Amino acid sequence: MPKDGGIGASTKRREDVRFLTGSGHYTDDINLHGQAYVHFLRSEVAHGELKGVDTSAAEAMDGVVRIFTGADFEGIGGLPCGWQITDRFGEVMQEPAHPVLAQGKVRHVGDPIAAVVAESPEAARDAAEAIVVDIKELPAVIDMKEAVANSDIKVHDDLTSNLCYDWGFVEENRDAVDEAIKNAHHVTTLELKNQRLVANPMEPRVAVGEYSAGTGDYTLYTTSQNPHVIRLLMGAFVLGIPEHKLRVVAPDVGGGFGSKIFHYAEEAFCTFAAKAVRRPVKWTASRSEAFISDAQGRDHVTKIELALDKDGHFLALRTDTYANMGAYLSTFAPSVPTWLHGTLMAGNYKTPLIYVNVKAVFTNTVPVDAYRGAGRPEATFQLERVIDKAAREMGIDPIALRRKNFVTEFPYATPVAVEYDTGDYEATMAKLEEIADLKGFEKRRAASAEKGMLRGLGVNCYIEACGIAPSNLVGQLGARAGLYESATVRVNATGGLVVMTGSHSHGQGHETSFAQVISDMIGVDADMVEIVHGDTSKVPMGMGTYGSRSIAVGGSAMVRATEKIIAKAKKIAAHLMEASDSDIELKDGQFTVAGTDKSVAWGDVTLAAYVPHNYPLEDIEPGLEETAFYDPANFTYPAGAYSCEVEVDPDTGKVTIASFAAADDFGNIVNPMIVDGQVHGGIGQGIGQALLENTVYDENGQLLTGSYMDYAMPRADDLPSFSVDHSCQTPCTHNPLGVKGCGEAGAIGSPPAVVNAVVDALQRAGHTNVTHIDMPLSPSRVWAAMNS
Amino acid sequence: MTEVKMTVNGKAVSGTVEGRTLLSQFLREDLEMTGTHIGCDTSQCGACVVHVDGQAVKSCAMFAAEADGAEVTTIEGMANADGSLSTLQQAFQDHHGLQCGFCTPGMVMSAAALLAENPKPSEAEIRHYLEGNICRCTGYHNIVKAIQAASGQDVAIAAE
Repeated sequence: MPKDGGIGASTKRREDVRFLTGSGHYTDDINLHGQAYVHFLRSEVAHGELKGVDTSAAEAMDGVVRIFTGADFEGIGGLPCGWQITDRFGEVMQEPAHPVLAQGKVRHVGDPIAAVVAESPEAARDAAEAIVVDIKELPAVIDMKEAVANSDIKVHDDLTSNLCYDWGFVEENRDAVDEAIKNAHHVTTLELKNQRLVANPMEPRVAVGEYSAGTGDYTLYTTSQNPHVIRLLMGAFVLGIPEHKLRVVAPDVGGGFGSKIFHYAEEAFCTFAAKAVRRPVKWTASRSEAFISDAQGRDHVTKIELALDKDGHFLALRTDTYANMGAYLSTFAPSVPTWLHGTLMAGNYKTPLIYVNVKAVFTNTVPVDAYRGAGRPEATFQLERVIDKAAREMGIDPIALRRKNFVTEFPYATPVAVEYDTGDYEATMAKLEEIADLKGFEKRRAASAEKGMLRGLGVNCYIEACGIAPSNLVGQLGARAGLYESATVRVNATGGLVVMTGSHSHGQGHETSFAQVISDMIGVDADMVEIVHGDTSKVPMGMGTYGSRSIAVGGSAMVRATEKIIAKAKKIAAHLMEASDSDIELKDGQFTVAGTDKSVAWGDVTLAAYVPHNYPLEDIEPGLEETAFYDPANFTYPAGAYSCEVEVDPDTGKVTIASFAAADDFGNIVNPMIVDGQVHGGIGQGIGQALLENTVYDENGQLLTGSYMDYAMPRADDLPSFSVDHSCQTPCTHNPLGVKGCGEAGAIGSPPAVVNAVVDALQRAGHTNVTHIDMPLSPSRVWAAMNS
Repeated sequence: MTEVKMTVNGKAVSGTVEGRTLLSQFLREDLEMTGTHIGCDTSQCGACVVHVDGQAVKSCAMFAAEADGAEVTTIEGMANADGSLSTLQQAFQDHHGLQCGFCTPGMVMSAAALLAENPKPSEAEIRHYLEGNICRCTGYHNIVKAIQAASGQDVAIAAE
């Protein structure tokens, strides 16, 4: 029987009511009295020297309040990078300055040159068009390998080259891996691209800055996944505002997928300008602007080699990756191709020797940073593609080859520095075979063939590291932040609870699922629990939501704080019932004394905490409010097996997804309905990457896919319904809820399934020379592969 | 500047607009009805869909002046008279047909227009009709289910 409340119940989302009635409160819905509007004049060239910016004509135009250029930000900090990588030679990465408004040079199309603050958005835009920019266009460097090979064109003149870092992992394994590959029975090699994507949350970014001259307080309303992180980065590193004078609010946020983690120039500008013009300043991105100013994702070029013995056991793995950073280092960019990618190269398999080399490269393109999965999709794609190719080369069934190499005993220490606490990869594979009816494939293939369609089956596994992250570990790896989470649980006198969590919902449904956990722990109705997030003035501290960390880290902090609440409440209950603390039990909102019929209700205890007439004042303080910081002991390791069946039209190369199935192990689950939805959405994005989406720059650095007219977002009729299952559950061993996180799995696990399926379809049709096609698998690419 | 009058969610409204003022802008800025969302600038995403004289329209692709005299319905006008969720809205909640909520107003408005035209659409018909509404969160799976359920078709319920 499904549960009707608490942990494990598919409780309807409370936040839906406001979203379904037009009552959501997004940042662009905020309009402050007297606000002015900003329009950014952005570079139209990818690389150029700024000779002069003449704002005089624009300043004279009606409605213009003030125009800012890079000169206004001289001496003010640039946008900081939150992660420092040490390269394979022990040197720290090259880290360029990232000014709020361009100074001296522009380095990508979209780089902001000037900002017009005006009475209306239209006046700001009109004036921006009247600014005369004297710019000497320079040759741009777009291709990563060219950027490394040729340092005649440097993105940053003050750096020695376009190479940010050359990272080796695990460097001590390098020679042993080379040796193992040299001596192996079989080596499969694959060169592939993980193309650049644009995150495209449906809500474009917005920032509203406000300054109170009377108190010296600043407020920034912004579309962020982590308002406290923005407060810290912008306050401490850019504008020099102490945290107690800066409030950052991220109200309802319309999706993020990673792109709203980072601290952006527009946030700093609006906060800075609000003080400078003594008025609130608002910026709303257009979608076109989002395409050239939101950090983009992926963009890896990789050569992977897998060595196997004659029976198909994996012996060693070596990868050589170029990772595009774009023109500047976005907030967490350096960590994505390194620690979020190299540490996952073992996948679900026992590969004793692994060496990962990553060269991170500056180019004249929009900065690249985390996008749903961040590094883990890139790792999974390489590994699961090369395994499929190896299976074909060696004449082994691809599922059997995976099974032969599965990690089966836990905990398992990989050769790439992480330890999987739990998992059961055989169970998720068996579940996948069941829900996808893999035995029935041949019959379905024959039916497709009768229609003239080429059917293919792709299967793969994935593992990810979620619940980021142990602070001491990431500190050693170069993180300039702790990655704990905090929660404050405040119990009111009448028994209602308010949870202030540093985690942030931008679609994940925290207000519902977090309340389910509290409801379960205390035994009160979930309606008595309010979840507050997204406002630094209400929530003491927070690191925000990304890396599928909300329930695993934020939820754990909330559990710890609630445990403290329960412990104190039991002391009060013990006093009220004249019993010993250790005899008090809490169930269904009632405190009882074990072995007696004495009881007091939750509400009686909470009232006593605030009206302490009969209260152990000599032992404990009145009130009932507790805070906990939870720093995880390890990452969590969700894993699973995915399958995709495609039909390829042999005449046009068009790929149709015939079916898609996902068997995941997320450990324990708080709200199965929400988990299903997270997986669906991830799969939708993964299929989007596999078949549709691409971010294309021409050789001059012009973005050719800068709108929804050119960038192929998955639409409803591009996707099928999905079959998803998460009944295989090996609970996480090191967090109190036993949860692993589910937000990124779909986006990580699905691209290789699709590409494996298309290659399979073509192979079965006799195109035996087609061993790989780079994403997106557009009709023209598939057709070209068939006719190559 | 032009004077416009229209009925929005059954209420007579008026305003003074520029020729270039879009219906979406008029709703959001002049009438302060922020349920209608702007997700793109090329009339692709559908977050701004409203009904104009019973037809689903992308309000970013229509000038406010063009809607002079029209009957406009927005997401704010879709609940039952007592404020409870309509059958369609309730189906979106029951089937988890929304996550971040940003595309949701447009999705609901498009879905309502579909059901008015085609009371029992198939999955393929729903997917085809929603081509002009982009959702980045749900993979559309549960949106399709919600619309099927709202049309009285048998769909296993996601929530309890």
